[in-house]
Amino acid sequence: MKYAAALLGAASLALAGSFVARAEVFSPSPVIEPVNDEAIAQGMPRLLSQFRFFRDASAQVPVDRVTPYRLNTPLYSDGAEKLRFIYLPEGTAMAAQGEGLPDFPVGTALIKTFAFEQDGKRRLIETRVLLHRADGWLALPYMWNEEQTDARLAIAGARLDLTTPKGEAISYRIPNKNQCKECHGLDGEVVPIGPKARNLSHDWLGEMVSAGHLDTLPQDADQFPVWEQRESANLTAAARAYLDVNCAHCHRPGATASNSGLDLRWEQQSPEALGIGKRPVAAGRGAGGHLFDIVPGSPDSSILTYRMASPEPGVAMPELGKSTVDEEGLDIVRRWIEEMAP
Amino acid sequence: MIIKLSIAAALLASAAPAFAATHNVAPGENAQQELQEALILAEPGDEIVLAAGRYVLTDGISLDVDGVTVRGAGMDGTVLDFTTQADAGEGFLITSDNVTVRDFALENPKGDGIKSKGADNIVYHRIRVTWTRGPHPENGAYGIYPVESTGVLVDGVKVTGASDAGIYVGQSNGITVRNSIAEANVAGIEIENSRNALVEHNIATRNTGGILVFDLPDLPVMGGGNVIVANNLVVANDTPNFAPPGNIVAGVRRGTGIMVMANDKVLIEDNILSGNPTAPVMVIAYTQSFEDERYNPLPREVVVGENIYNGGGYDPQLEGAEMLLEAFGGELPPVLWDGLGSLAAVEGTAGWSLNLTEAGAGLDSAQPGPLAAATPSGEFDRSGIGAPAELVARLGG
Repeated sequence: MKYAAALLGAASLALAGSFVARAEVFSPSPVIEPVNDEAIAQGMPRLLSQFRFFRDASAQVPVDRVTPYRLNTPLYSDGAEKLRFIYLPEGTAMAAQGEGLPDFPVGTALIKTFAFEQDGKRRLIETRVLLHRADGWLALPYMWNEEQTDARLAIAGARLDLTTPKGEAISYRIPNKNQCKECHGLDGEVVPIGPKARNLSHDWLGEMVSAGHLDTLPQDADQFPVWEQRESANLTAAARAYLDVNCAHCHRPGATASNSGLDLRWEQQSPEALGIGKRPVAAGRGAGGHLFDIVPGSPDSSILTYRMASPEPGVAMPELGKSTVDEEGLDIVRRWIEEMAP
Repeated sequence: MIIKLSIAAALLASAAPAFAATHNVAPGENAQQELQEALILAEPGDEIVLAAGRYVLTDGISLDVDGVTVRGAGMDGTVLDFTTQADAGEGFLITSDNVTVRDFALENPKGDGIKSKGADNIVYHRIRVTWTRGPHPENGAYGIYPVESTGVLVDGVKVTGASDAGIYVGQSNGITVRNSIAEANVAGIEIENSRNALVEHNIATRNTGGILVFDLPDLPVMGGGNVIVANNLVVANDTPNFAPPGNIVAGVRRGTGIMVMANDKVLIEDNILSGNPTAPVMVIAYTQSFEDERYNPLPREVVVGENIYNGGGYDPQLEGAEMLLEAFGGELPPVLWDGLGSLAAVEGTAGWSLNLTEAGAGLDSAQPGPLAAATPSGEFDRSGIGAPAELVARLGG
């Protein structure tokens, strides 16, 4: 009896062994398939899976060398959950460059997936990739399929109906390739926006240094307040970080809205450039009957807050990448303007 | 097969633009997608041909490839209809160089019509931009909107209903706007913070102000000047100002014909001005306060040459209009100067001056009197003014 049980046990072990062996033959583990450097370097892969960024795409589990990160203060995108990753090729590392963007090696990929909850489950909508090629950065949008197994290149963008976490029904816009550049364009080139050292935590940067992905801890990192903790942060810092992240990719010299003369970057110190007492140039009806971008002490008569508070195309700011009002962001900026001495 | 192909390629390579491809797009359910894909996948030298018909577009379109031509089947034949546009900014955004857009229309864009930014050597030819409900403060701001560009030719376009300027050229250099019609906009044609602009053979009618040449502070590019406004028909610009308040053109008085604010070296000649009840010609300093040290608010070396004036300011939208009309015998003379900066006018030019002594200080110190302007000293220097000849040549037949 005992003997028989042992035999059975051995048989089941053997069966399990053969099962594992077969799995290895027919469905190789993603661990041993490295990221497709070739796809990052050239062409426009039709499917996101061709890059091999994910071990489990639908669960957004990345492979080795693809590292998740978050930004202290993120861009508002109708409340989408965003999953951010950075890939650095074997043998390369980022070089710290003060508070701004690190120097990314050629072959780097920045990956950002947008998701919304639907029927109690996370639904992946799109994944945007920024590929650092020898001739510069390329931005490509990928749209997830119904089955949530893969995402397809959507070079002309797309629209789809969905509901935001606040319950607002929206027509969500996946940007086309040119629209990627509207935000990511600087002096005619495509550049990353988010992963500036000042908007990344010391902890994450430290881990990147330990892992050999970053040469050294950048100076002046981790300056932006963590958005969820903004109430305990300095109000000016929270508002200025918000404006930098949400507005300054266009409203800065060399970018899409440079002709407005409005410069909302974190480092800008001139009150006029920040919009204080500044008249609009090409605002059209976006001015809402107001005379200045910012009237100190008076958010109700400032164009900046008027446009942030509008969902209407032609008035709403930012022009791209959102279709609902960011009430939390608006609140911080309103309070910042309110506190300014008139 | 491979051998054949490479021979063909070699043959093609010998003729320079032979690789240029034509991409045909037709109206229909997938027009948005197909048109945007064509605009993204085009190669330099390619032409995108829009078949006649109405294209219902829910999103703005954009082009970022150099040297592409987008051609429709005529400004009444191919219509890009943005009435249901759901995202903002403009109908068509162009951010690449050496682009030609011609022979199509945009209707009811939510923001601007066609905006070209940092797009050097661009040609707009026979483009129509119309807000079909007519003047309305919620119409988009600009119809044709090149900005921050070197080399701009706008030829044969027609813009109606813009709540700011129908044809607006900003912060640019080497510009020609000609043979175009600007009707029922707040400003018909506006040249702003730009140099070397030629505005000729246009019709500006039923706008609040016909043709404006402005230089404003606090912008990346300032120091506008070297502008010629000649041979234009500027008639019946009497639409009440419908610009949303807060914009600089919201201050333009109904019935302004040709207006120069600030700027350096502007020539106004051989225009026909009729039915501009506030002022057929107005030359003034920047009227607001400013703190930009780089900015000069005065009009300098503005020259009013021979123009045909049919009447002057017979119904001026000005403070103290009744008193002024009485003082000048029922109608204000055609040329209004605020007295700041420097203005020259050919002999026989009838005008009046506010005789202000300080820019931006309001009209309280005005002491209206007859115009006392110098006569022009020598020829106006026309060198370098207008779009590069290459752009005109591109119009072809």
